Amino acid sequence: MSPRTLYDKLWDSHVVEEREGGATLLYIDRHLVHEVTSPQAFEGLALAGRAVRRPKAALAVVDHNVSTRDRRAGIKDPVSRLQVETLERNCAEPAFRVPYIPLLDPRQGIVHIIGPEQGFTLPGATIVCGDSHTSTHGAFGALAFGIGTSEVEHVLATQTLVQKRARNFRINCEGVLPKGVGAKDLILHIIGRIGTAGGTGCALEFAGSAVRAMSMEARMTLCNMAIEAGARAGLVAPDETTFAYLEGRPMAPSGPQWDAAVASWRELATDPGASFDRELEVDVDGLEPQVTWGTNPEAVTSIRGRAPRIADAATPEAAAQLEQALAYMGIAPGQVLQGLPVDVVFIGSCTNGRIEDLREAAAVLKGRRAAPGVKVLVVPGSGLVKAQAEAEGLDAVFLAAGCQWREPGCSMCLGMNDDQLSPGERCASTSNRNFEGRQGRLGRTHLVSPAMAAAAAVRGQLTDVRDFL
Amino acid sequence: MQPFTVHTGLAAVMLQDNINTDLIIPKQFLKTIHRRGLGRHLFHDLRYREDGSEEPGFALNREPGRSASFLLAGANFGCGSSREHAPWALLDFGFRAVLAPSFADIFATNAVKNGILPAVVAPEALLALAAAACELEVDLASQRIRAGAAEFGFRTDPWARGILLEGLDEIEQTLRGIGRVEAFERRRAGTAPWL
Repeated sequence: MSPRTLYDKLWDSHVVEEREGGATLLYIDRHLVHEVTSPQAFEGLALAGRAVRRPKAALAVVDHNVSTRDRRAGIKDPVSRLQVETLERNCAEPAFRVPYIPLLDPRQGIVHIIGPEQGFTLPGATIVCGDSHTSTHGAFGALAFGIGTSEVEHVLATQTLVQKRARNFRINCEGVLPKGVGAKDLILHIIGRIGTAGGTGCALEFAGSAVRAMSMEARMTLCNMAIEAGARAGLVAPDETTFAYLEGRPMAPSGPQWDAAVASWRELATDPGASFDRELEVDVDGLEPQVTWGTNPEAVTSIRGRAPRIADAATPEAAAQLEQALAYMGIAPGQVLQGLPVDVVFIGSCTNGRIEDLREAAAVLKGRRAAPGVKVLVVPGSGLVKAQAEAEGLDAVFLAAGCQWREPGCSMCLGMNDDQLSPGERCASTSNRNFEGRQGRLGRTHLVSPAMAAAAAVRGQLTDVRDFL
Repeated sequence: MQPFTVHTGLAAVMLQDNINTDLIIPKQFLKTIHRRGLGRHLFHDLRYREDGSEEPGFALNREPGRSASFLLAGANFGCGSSREHAPWALLDFGFRAVLAPSFADIFATNAVKNGILPAVVAPEALLALAAAACELEVDLASQRIRAGAAEFGFRTDPWARGILLEGLDEIEQTLRGIGRVEAFERRRAGTAPWL
């Protein structure tokens, strides 16, 4: 057999049948379900009198809509509450019986944080969820991608999906990440280079010494934002770091089955000589902390950089779009980014809501205080992340610095809950999208790493975290 | 699902690139548990002012946008989240096709599953269609757009074309061949029992 990429191997091992028009029926091993993109899918099943084919291959949790404040009293907004209760009810239906983690369960959290945490996410699996950041799970060498609600219904009913094969795009990241620079900076830099549609139709494999040296959590941050470059899936080949992370997780295999699984996972790396449709070389040695200045994630530069000048735009259309983005952001053309005052700092989300992210932020905030008037939200990605952070005393660091320590959920990443920006507010955010209105109508989002967000909290402005190290 | 064969109608023009799903249907409208009724919230933040009144300059608040069934858009249309609420809102407003130079992958799939045609049209042709400001006829089988005397081609994915032309129910199709899924699962139980 000719040499194959990691993506090719994952794809080939899940083909059920080929269909007309170059589509393939692909078997789906794992399906994560949340409250926002599932109600219409369950409704579709019920109307057609169909059952969930393999309930144990699914795992449901509420995350987008939930309050991150004390929630023992339940959800106040009746529309949000109905959506959450609908998921709960659907999971309990005799024809569905989908395993469900309730809101007050200590394991509750953002769907992309709990999958890996529970060992539900495994190498070699196909994993889908009605959420574009499903690419996160590709960090384990799983083929993981976001789907729409019609596809959610197809998976629930048949445990398969009709898909088109993607092209192979490898991003080789060589070198050692400098101090104060992490996976978030690397992925923002990559998106800046290839653009928000640079990975459309592709699966991005992240490779190279810088990726091999990364923890699982850093790899998840990297893969999480593959979709921001237009790629539905990001991938990292599994290795000892992956196996060490997974061993002993509640839903991971154990005993002799663990050994058999690891042996098969070792086969998943891209074969030497396998060909890629596209490759990109990234030298990480000189990488600087990144910050976005515009209204999509490719509008990014180093913290020492400036917003572009209108004259830099290649075409009149691009100039008009640049002008609009800068006006929305309240930034002058050519403006220096360092020193822009922020109103809000958000640390959390499926991109940066894991324990290492919180440690990174706490290291900067320890012994310091958030600048007066700056609201700082620290939102752990799951109940287990929260418990771990509290066991390490990170909550005390955040509280002493004047931050708010919240309950797990998607929070201000998308403002579907109470956590939102007000019009004109500027936010240093560890989330993944800086689209207009994403964090609240007319809110201004600057995407940064957890360390950079913490530094912005202390100074009350966009600032270079390396000054703190 | 309603098949798409030949459709005639007016076009709304929004030619900027990277129109994302947050813009198409903002987060506060994702709390619904229904597919219908999202049309009035389509492009909410662009379409309405803070006080809820219409923004008169916006394409969908004037003719032909108000009664359009085609949307002419820029590159990378539908980038961002996987929310199928985006095509639901477009369909509920009355759109049957989006004509753009390129589409985000998840959006294009979601559109097709709802009978909305994502037609890949060259930027020059889009400009000509926008300038024509007349009724368009879009014929999927021949992949042609007619605007008065002018005619342009477009591209679609062959698989998507098949689904749209037939109005195919894919779940039904897969369930008819469920034996192949069962065979796959039996094989899988031997090679990867942990899955």
